[in-house]
Amino acid sequence: MLATAAVQGDAKAFGLLIARHYDRIYRVAWRVLGAREAAEDMAQDVCAALPAKLSSFRADAKFSTWLYTVTMNAARDRLRRRATRARANEGWAETTKLAQAQAAEASADQEWLAEAMIALPEDLRETVALTLGEDLTHAEAAEALGVSQGTVSWRMSEVKRRLRAMVEEQSV
Amino acid sequence: MTDELDLLKSALQSAPAPDAAAKTRALRLAQENFAQLQETAAAARPTPKATFLETTMTMLTSNLRPALYATSCLVMAGAAFVTYQGWDATRPTVTTHEPAALELAPQDEAAVARTDMPMADMAEAEVMEAAPSPSPKVSKRVRPQGATLGKLSATNPSAADNVIAPPQPDREIFAGEAENPVKVTAEDPISTFSIDVDTASYAYVRAAILDGALPRPEAVRVEEMVNYFTYAYPAPSDAPFSTNVAVTSTPWNPDTKLVRISLQGALPAIEDRPPLNLVFLIDTSGSMQAANKLPLLKQSFRLMLSELRAEDQVAIVTYAGAAGTVLEPTPASERAKILAALDTLEPGGSTAGQAGLHAAYALAEQMTDGEEVSRVLLATDGDFNVGINNPDALKTFIEDKRDTGVYLSVLGFGRGNYRDDMMQTLAQSGNGTAAYIDTLAEAQKVLVDQLTGALFPIANDVKIQVEFNPSVVGEYRLIGYETRALNREDFNNDKVDAGEIGAGHQVTALYEVTPVGSPALLNDPLRYGEAAAATDNEELGFLKLRYKTPGAAESTLVETPITDTADRRASAGWAAAMAGFAQLLRGSNYTGDWTYTDAIALAEASKGADPHGLRAEAIRLIKLAESLAE
Repeated sequence: MLATAAVQGDAKAFGLLIARHYDRIYRVAWRVLGAREAAEDMAQDVCAALPAKLSSFRADAKFSTWLYTVTMNAARDRLRRRATRARANEGWAETTKLAQAQAAEASADQEWLAEAMIALPEDLRETVALTLGEDLTHAEAAEALGVSQGTVSWRMSEVKRRLRAMVEEQSV
Repeated sequence: MTDELDLLKSALQSAPAPDAAAKTRALRLAQENFAQLQETAAAARPTPKATFLETTMTMLTSNLRPALYATSCLVMAGAAFVTYQGWDATRPTVTTHEPAALELAPQDEAAVARTDMPMADMAEAEVMEAAPSPSPKVSKRVRPQGATLGKLSATNPSAADNVIAPPQPDREIFAGEAENPVKVTAEDPISTFSIDVDTASYAYVRAAILDGALPRPEAVRVEEMVNYFTYAYPAPSDAPFSTNVAVTSTPWNPDTKLVRISLQGALPAIEDRPPLNLVFLIDTSGSMQAANKLPLLKQSFRLMLSELRAEDQVAIVTYAGAAGTVLEPTPASERAKILAALDTLEPGGSTAGQAGLHAAYALAEQMTDGEEVSRVLLATDGDFNVGINNPDALKTFIEDKRDTGVYLSVLGFGRGNYRDDMMQTLAQSGNGTAAYIDTLAEAQKVLVDQLTGALFPIANDVKIQVEFNPSVVGEYRLIGYETRALNREDFNNDKVDAGEIGAGHQVTALYEVTPVGSPALLNDPLRYGEAAAATDNEELGFLKLRYKTPGAAESTLVETPITDTADRRASAGWAAAMAGFAQLLRGSNYTGDWTYTDAIALAEASKGADPHGLRAEAIRLIKLAESLAE
């Protein structure tokens, strides 16, 4: 198995492993963060930190599940840092301009997506990123997020409820 | 599936393809770091003894070249500008309080900047300094050869070392130590350790198992699993605690014996207790949002409040971004006011743990006058991610305050980024206990039922030293207490800190001993070693115990011989069952072919009276663990 070989220090195996999984990391990052460049940055950070983190990967686990956990943790850290930075950057006109430029590019679909994701709190966002975005089962998502399966199921019903409320609000 | 979910799904699955150049860069960086790590693996691997802070620091300073740090911090700084376009772009800006500057004798202005900013922000500050007209496109992908980098590392190389988000192996960090090995009595007859009345590990194990996963082996501390339960130990007559020794058979090895050492703390009448000054130091950082964190914490404190008396005082300090006093010292009789203050707590921001501690201690000192007990109760999920970059200074600070009579207890909440080792260190430095609260029932047990014990120390710095008799005991090992080991000479040194016993507390320690001539001996005798001087003494060993009464500088010595008297009381069976269970979870080398099924049988046979259902719950946990282990 590639991951096991990588843990044991096989550089070739590691290179192959990361090349195979980069897209996955990037996709999940994009779904949680909602911006291409942020997702690219985050994927790069995850890749850079992965060699050191590999030691915590246990051979009896599924590599993709473990990777989802690592990626999700990185996303959380990033969101937390962003909360602090948000204040530090207040008043930078640049920020708004960039956001507007981005919004103009976005399709209607993406606009709806952004609206929906903004309506969801962080934990629900993470959950849909894995269940809907990555097609994981509730059990797999639960393992990756470190919560119980029941929690994932509950979160999904909560997502449903919030989305419906959002749609109703729009149609009023 | 509803239309909304389908819509969200298709939108989410249309993730834009990754940029090829970005991908190539990321993969190259990953491979560079991988190669670096292989080269430095031997030097950089932290010792198991290191705390998480030390570990982090070790990794910061030795894992990667400074050049790579700098690369990454520039990249991170770039991210600061672009992340704005994310899902939160249209949200109102999240406001967090400015973390208060700390009073840790900063050396210079740069040091001040380092203490009051989170790591990530420092990266940004450094870059802003170096490149006054920041533009994400420019600062983002600077390679190590760039001029900006040169300036950065030249102006403040040590800051660059501190900047990068370290490659942490995991988010939950435990004070795990390797299992105590078997010792040969003839070579090493003395075993010394500090007592431990914490129970955090049991609650953590329970939370993990109920969540459907075996706990990580390093999260299991055998002594805490044993000490979680109460046993029928004789009450002390005139001393602050009674000492008892019993010898029983070992469930997992027919050829060894278990020596059980137990302490029972005196329980003074509750009405006699002096007034309490409590400062609740509550973590309200964003990570506390989960239902099993801040909401459970509020419920727990509500429970506890009903146990306080009119003459007790309560204050509340929060720390999230900035430390703030939510409730000035208030008599416990003003219940409505305290509850209202508790209800205003909302999660948000990052954790300024150290600033919070300073504020809480300042209040606690303000509340003390005379012989009242002052205690800071720190409630957190353990993620001190801001402001602590000098663990030694923090530890010294807590120890100094302990000597002035303000104690610190720690209540851990939640899973995901629980920093167990940090909690242990803080509580141990502050003469307090560390408990982990996962359910309201646990809050009841820790905060209400044990209010007196948790809050009134009756003996400080309790140390145990056992000398085994080599003519009777061939080999021995201490089960658990790995994080509490002391050096032999520390026993008589009153300056060395050790664990505290509170009112009514119980402590149980187990040794597995192998009699001379037993088939269970693991080590062959030395061919050239000196034969142990044979004595006629049939004692297994000699127990010495030191403690200080609160406020005393000199310790008192208690001595008891350990003799092979059978103990058939059920409590020995229960303690052994829990020790066995804990060792199975840890993957112990010494439990042989003993299984979870055996643990269940022993636990059920020795359950005894179980008024609060705690033992029945433990049996359920062993059964669950058995199914999870398959």
